[in-house]
Amino acid sequence: MKRKITVPAILLIAAGMIAYGSCRGETAIILNKAVNICMQCIGLG
Amino acid sequence: MTILKKARRKLIQIAAFGFNNPCMGNFARGKLYKGPWKQFCSPGLNCYSCPAARLSCPIGAMQAVNGSMNFRFSFYAVGFLLAVGAVFGRAVCGWVCPFGLLQELLYGAGNLIRRVLSVVKGSTGRVPAGKESIVKETECAAGSGRLRVWKPLTYIKYIILLVFVLFLPTAATDALGMGEPAFCQYICPAGTLEAGIPLLLTHPELSRALGELFALKAGILAIVLIGSVLVERFFCKTLCPLGAIYAILNKISLLHLSCDQNKCISCGQCARVCPMDIDPVKTANAAECIRCGRCSSVCPADALHLGFSDHRES
Ligand code: SF4
Ligand code: SF4
Ligand code: SF4
Repeated sequence: MKRKITVPAILLIAAGMIAYGSCRGETAIILNKAVNICMQCIGLG
Repeated sequence: MTILKKARRKLIQIAAFGFNNPCMGNFARGKLYKGPWKQFCSPGLNCYSCPAARLSCPIGAMQAVNGSMNFRFSFYAVGFLLAVGAVFGRAVCGWVCPFGLLQELLYGAGNLIRRVLSVVKGSTGRVPAGKESIVKETECAAGSGRLRVWKPLTYIKYIILLVFVLFLPTAATDALGMGEPAFCQYICPAGTLEAGIPLLLTHPELSRALGELFALKAGILAIVLIGSVLVERFFCKTLCPLGAIYAILNKISLLHLSCDQNKCISCGQCARVCPMDIDPVKTANAAECIRCGRCSSVCPADALHLGFSDHRES
């Protein structure tokens, strides 16, 4: 029962966060980071 | 039935691995996929600098935004993880994470070696002396010699999440206000294995820049690989910040494990097969449970149920 209330509430908040993050340009930052070799990931940065 | 369920989970894990990493040809070319899929996060730990990857790593994405010039918190990545975690919890770890699959394969290989050794020696395949400080032997009745991580070590992943993923990228900034992705930089073995090694092999010019940082990360990778041969899901239990996030959400996730205490005959079989050292009869919703379903498939009394509802309809 607890799950049936908390999960939809969290999903609603999460959807708002994803929409807000996308609108303010976070996806562009992620795309830019992910399409270039990340020096930190490979251990050189 | 158990074998069928095991095979089903493995097939889903392999399919998820393939979905995350379809660009295998890029390994030889030493290039990364640069298409629009990269703006979406994968639910599991899969390095976005891996040549084969088409999705972004959510931990890397979070750090990239946290350490960017204009933002200090990633609503996008956190919202994504909240949504996935609220529905599936750590089932992501058990069913779709590529790095989880890799650890299972390593442990499987370790088991094979242990079995061969035990046949040769007529023993139970114990770990070499000196490793006992890291892991303790499972006191399972079958005496299989399975090892488990010392419980306090399982809290390290929460510290890593707080310090390396959330705090350092936002606090340790340069003159432009940009921070480094500290988890990727100092710890992540997935990055070293999936991106570092293949890219260094195809880009000799990068090898000339190798230094102490790479030595640190290679050392951590070696510990994780050896640890995964000895202990089931060593990295998931101790170090993974993504696992820590899903662990927090495990308590309330829609997909969950439930135990019907009236049916349970206290045989202990479930606890014996659990890869995460949980007794699902006592704590069906433990933070460590990766919802693999191994316990429910061996339960002779049908007392454990993995699903979106509590009990099976009769
Ligand atoms: S180095 Fe690790 S945390 Fe960073 S992007 Fe790669 S897989 Fe993700
Ligand atoms: S704990 Fe981390 S590495 Fe392990 S399966 Fe979960 S997300 Fe993947
Ligand atoms: S409690 Fe069951 S579902 Fe959870 S990790 Fe252990 S065996 Fe898998």
